[in-house]
Amino acid sequence: MTAEIIKTKLTETFEPLEIEVIDNSQAHAGHAGAQSGGGHFHVNITAAAFEGKSMVQRHQLIYKALGDLMKKEIHALGINANAPSETSTRK
Amino acid sequence: MDVVDRIKEQIENNPVLLYMKGTPDFPQCGFSGQVTQVLNACKAKYAYVNIFEDPEVREALKEYSQWPTYPQLYIKGELVGGCDIVMDLYNRGELQKMLSEADSIESES
Repeated sequence: MTAEIIKTKLTETFEPLEIEVIDNSQAHAGHAGAQSGGGHFHVNITAAAFEGKSMVQRHQLIYKALGDLMKKEIHALGINANAPSETSTRK
Repeated sequence: MDVVDRIKEQIENNPVLLYMKGTPDFPQCGFSGQVTQVLNACKAKYAYVNIFEDPEVREALKEYSQWPTYPQLYIKGELVGGCDIVMDLYNRGELQKMLSEADSIESES
């Protein structure tokens, strides 16, 4: 299952304090972008690696960690990436 | 012209540029559509590239920007982000500021 693979890859790369991967593919089944077979996922992740990074940089780190998964298995990925110091302020 | 040069030229010559699936009138993906909606809500002046019409740019930009999905919004030559980030910036009032700094908001008539 793709959500499990995403979780494993991100856990290996970031050793997150918290991680949650939600599979939203059902909600999007049938729309044009979903025809390629890629799923829609949402990631909530808290890791030290995001400290001091901009949102774009955090997303880029995550995309890089997922590598080839982004090309096919994942059509869209919502990301909520926090540094440990921000978990109380940003959700 | 090399595709990377073309991308650079597009990004440099348009203070606000959206790479999207479809067009602002007929977005072909909900995420692209959402970004056009907030840009419109901000009265932004922006250019767009329909990546379905330019497969070469579609592939090359992913590598260039280290960003594998669309939409991608650029303001003043910088990647701002995809749908998530743009929505977040909009909800915090930051997007409006960035557009204003790029001198890309329609003046009130």
